Amino acid sequence: MIDWAKAAMPHLIVVPILLPLATAALMLLVAERRRRLRAALNVGSCALALAVAVALLRVVDERGAAAVRVYLPANWPAPFGIVLAIDRLSAMMLLVTAVIALAAVVYSVARWDRAGVHFHPLFQLQLMGVSGAFLTVDVFNLFVFFEILLAASYGLLLHGSGAARVRSGLHYIAVNLFASSLFLVGVALLYGAAGTLNLADFAARIPQVPPADRPLLHAGAAILAVAFLAKAAMWPLNFWLVPAYSAAGAPVAALFAILTKVGVYATLRVWTLFFGIDAGESAFFGGTALAWIGMASLAVASIGMLASHHPGRLAAWGVVISSGTLVAAIGFARPALTAAALFYLIGSTFALAALFLLVELIDRAREVEPQVPLDDVDPVPFSIAYIERPDSNLDEDESVLIGRIIPGAIAFLGLAFMLCALMIAGLPPLSGFLGKFAMLSSALAPDPALAGARVPTPGVAALALVAVLVGSGFLSLVAMSRAGIRYFWAPQERAAPRLRVTETLPIAALLALCVLLTIRADPVMRYASDTAQSLHRPAGYIDAVLTARPVERR
Amino acid sequence: MEVVLATAIGVLAASGVWLLLRPRTFQVLIGLSLLSYAVNLFIFSMGSLSIDQPPIVVPGVPHDLQHYTDPLPQALVLTAIVINFAMTALFLVVLLALRGLSGTDHVDGREES
Repeated sequence: MIDWAKAAMPHLIVVPILLPLATAALMLLVAERRRRLRAALNVGSCALALAVAVALLRVVDERGAAAVRVYLPANWPAPFGIVLAIDRLSAMMLLVTAVIALAAVVYSVARWDRAGVHFHPLFQLQLMGVSGAFLTVDVFNLFVFFEILLAASYGLLLHGSGAARVRSGLHYIAVNLFASSLFLVGVALLYGAAGTLNLADFAARIPQVPPADRPLLHAGAAILAVAFLAKAAMWPLNFWLVPAYSAAGAPVAALFAILTKVGVYATLRVWTLFFGIDAGESAFFGGTALAWIGMASLAVASIGMLASHHPGRLAAWGVVISSGTLVAAIGFARPALTAAALFYLIGSTFALAALFLLVELIDRAREVEPQVPLDDVDPVPFSIAYIERPDSNLDEDESVLIGRIIPGAIAFLGLAFMLCALMIAGLPPLSGFLGKFAMLSSALAPDPALAGARVPTPGVAALALVAVLVGSGFLSLVAMSRAGIRYFWAPQERAAPRLRVTETLPIAALLALCVLLTIRADPVMRYASDTAQSLHRPAGYIDAVLTARPVERR
Repeated sequence: MEVVLATAIGVLAASGVWLLLRPRTFQVLIGLSLLSYAVNLFIFSMGSLSIDQPPIVVPGVPHDLQHYTDPLPQALVLTAIVINFAMTALFLVVLLALRGLSGTDHVDGREES
């Protein structure tokens, strides 16, 4: 397979953008009434996108070959034309996106794609925006792909309508429009400071920026960072996320698990390119701020998780926990810590997507229970009435309690919830624990390779990271266990829910991937380390992009 | 001229941010529009501010930034205008939907009590 992939390079690089675009266009030619055909096109396209993502990963990860592949879509060389480049980080993000997209679309085929119109084209356009954001090297092209993915996400969030969705959708749109304005201001300032829009060209010019223009550069980068971090749901700009993600439909929320990671990716890419170790006066600018902002978001999200009762809100806060961890780890500028963060990213994104899909099934299984209110105000405490008297083996209807057979569907939901809880809290034996443990050990053991460079002082910040990581694991464990007890152990009389295969298969597949991540942690961790090493030495990426030659006309 | 432009951008941005924080959805929409005007002017001003130097090549004049304004920020502004226009239209539709579903034009969907 890798041979046809290499033969298709470099055009294979643009396939993750063109394939969803072509599929969306094709779907719009098919009437909305023929939903099954659209669904089939969507699933087929997502499966193909997954194959392409795996192929790109294999090509980029080949030992001895160039680790950065560049594509010139308009055949103009680097600073003038828009450039697409794939390195290990982009390939990894594309693969995670493709897996989650396939899981979400298979889930949606059961009933969610019927809730409104044009679900499938919007889904494909969302994938196009996300893939483009992961592949582009031009900062204004990044803005355009951000807008594409945001516009599609507005449509997907509003899918199915209803007061809760529209209200949280309005807030989501307003915050993101403001963040886009900040993005533009940041891009304009960076252009004014260095005269280019290509990230690699920018990074090459940063050491030569005159001292009078350096504050302009820093201001532009900081404003750009605010835009990215608002997208990545950093405190205090993250209050839009929990109502929006908990109100969204299940496959939509599962797909949204990757959107915050786009903000994290943009921060990581721009920060390591611009302010790496050879950026002269600006080396590691803003690293301390990133670390503390990430830790603050992590702390706020853990407390928010503890305060939530509905599993949908738990999952939404879990998304903020995941992004906060990543941004905090990035700010330390240590390859070992970044590698651990990337490993953690994969597992936590899969677990959160599975949890969003699961929450919908749990809600459906609770039809006979009194409903918990679904809006932002969530005042219902843990209900004492559900606790069984410990000295009897009979429930209220005088039928045997211990020894009753649990229906398979409930067992599946309970087991899946438990696995998600283990992943999010970062407990053994799953890969959430491995990622967190790697982060903790890297934080406490400073990287000798960076000795002598201006890094944020490892003392206070690293200890704070350890404390916040452990604390958030504890709080999220408490919150998830409470929800698990309340939704699985406490209810007595409940009919077994009917679960469709198309709904349970994606959840099982995502959780199986989490288990696989644990078993095959070594190759994945090796890949993440290689990625982090090349990120923190950006000279290779910059050279590959700037020296790409256009195809000569014969 | 720079002072006039800077003041204009500042006033538009300040008004936009103030309106963005208001409790009525239509005020939020107008605030976002004013903010986008400010941002577009800002991007435009990042090309060299000059009078009577359109970025249209005149034969015989050397092709550099001393003789023409920078055309790239103007292209960026065009893209930004188009994107903001579409987003404003979408926001307006969502605004109307919220008005219909909640019966009020308050941003939170219910009057604060």
